[in-house]
Amino acid sequence: MPLVQDPNLIVGFEKSDDAGVYKITDELALIQTVDFFTPIVDDPYIFGQIAAANALSDVYAMGGKPLTAMNVVCFPIKTLDIGVLKAILRGGLDKLIEAETTLVGGHSVENNEIKYGLSITGIIHPEKVLTNMSARIGDYLILTKPLGTGIINTAIKGGMAREETITKVSNTMVTLNKDASIAMQEVGVSACTDITGFGLLGHLSEMIRGNGFGMIVYAGKVPYFPEAKEFADMGMVPGGTYRNKDFFSQWIRFDSTVPHYLQDIFFDPQTSGGLLISVPRGKADSLLTQLRGKNIHEAVIIGEVVAEPKEKIIVT
Amino acid sequence: MIKELDARGLSCPQPVLQTKNMLEEMSEGMLMVIVDNTIARENVKRFAESNGCSVKVEEKTGEYQLTIIKGEVPEVNNNIKAGVGQIILISTDVLGKGDRKLGETLMEAFIYTLVDAKPSPQKIILLNEGVKLATYGSPVLEALEILQNKGVGILSCGTCINFYQLKDKLKIGTITNMVEVVESLSNADKVICL
Repeated sequence: MPLVQDPNLIVGFEKSDDAGVYKITDELALIQTVDFFTPIVDDPYIFGQIAAANALSDVYAMGGKPLTAMNVVCFPIKTLDIGVLKAILRGGLDKLIEAETTLVGGHSVENNEIKYGLSITGIIHPEKVLTNMSARIGDYLILTKPLGTGIINTAIKGGMAREETITKVSNTMVTLNKDASIAMQEVGVSACTDITGFGLLGHLSEMIRGNGFGMIVYAGKVPYFPEAKEFADMGMVPGGTYRNKDFFSQWIRFDSTVPHYLQDIFFDPQTSGGLLISVPRGKADSLLTQLRGKNIHEAVIIGEVVAEPKEKIIVT
Repeated sequence: MIKELDARGLSCPQPVLQTKNMLEEMSEGMLMVIVDNTIARENVKRFAESNGCSVKVEEKTGEYQLTIIKGEVPEVNNNIKAGVGQIILISTDVLGKGDRKLGETLMEAFIYTLVDAKPSPQKIILLNEGVKLATYGSPVLEALEILQNKGVGILSCGTCINFYQLKDKLKIGTITNMVEVVESLSNADKVICL
């Protein structure tokens, strides 16, 4: 696609960033994003919450404040009970209320497969936009949610996951990245992205490409759901994991000590994943303290930004 | 008995789930699974391996045939009293260095002598050119068969069978992999290497 030329477009789609940002005035820019997908859990109310938390996350990852939302719906109205749709929308709305975001409308299409998501509009000061391109050498990398939702969702689809696993993973997926976003804005950080379809290493690759620096990821520090190991070993690995591995491996060097299942988990596409924050070394402790103060206990330092090797990520 | 599963046209995790169901119905034996994409190939392979099966993958014009073997060695091997823990590792089809003809004769004599030896070994593991002993045309097939009937496991290395293109010629015993070989050797009381 040809790239759009517009002086007010602060962030477009060319850098694989989370959302588009468009400057309105010197003090105000719009953040716009849309995301929707097929159900990943059986409970429609929880699915609605996950979809909303996932859509809102792009705005949070840029350091913005979501203002308004529109529903995007596909639903087989002739064959499925309307109560299912109501529960999905109710789940979405409850998350929007939690996010202090106003639902202003939406659009639905009859389709033989359920799909739900939202388009979110947020605001930000044009000079405070956090992109995935502004990490600095010496920064620490902090991840705020455990990995493995893609693999576990595949197992859920296959009827292999236990009820308590579904509950645990759902609780993480419905959790807004709002508090993590507020914490990083209070501390002041270099860069941020949310971990979604490209998986951890895909999104980290996007942060180093063309930037002249590299990263080290401490494999043993990265938080993940233990069930993801179990299901990866069982072959419950989604196609996206393999596609991410095929495409992004050119930027990654694994130590021989990193086990196969961890490599899968690091490439696993996440639904409503956590924020990956690149924070100046001296501020890392204060950010972790802030995050813990907001009950984000899984947040840990998982790596650092290094001068060498350039544009490579070493997973050790 | 060989079972077959056609998982073409199915998206993940369906091929894994169907493989799982079929393997659960089998106590041991061989399951051939056909899939048409690399994702299903990798996932089915990992599922089978994580369940202790050995897996061999062959590509045929964009499709993949996975040969899954459940059950490591005939059960009788584990019950045999005499000779528990003795493994004979054979990585050549001739015995000793020197004249090849003499080596063949010596190997033949060795295996036939083994038939009456007490205690019988628990397993005979065939590696490298050793796998030729278990394939069509080998002079010791009859002796190996007697040994197998006595409960001795005859295991041929799958990589070696493929390398020498002897897949269709294997006459006796089962295919094994390096994991099983290493485990067997580590757990053996005594290993005799030829």
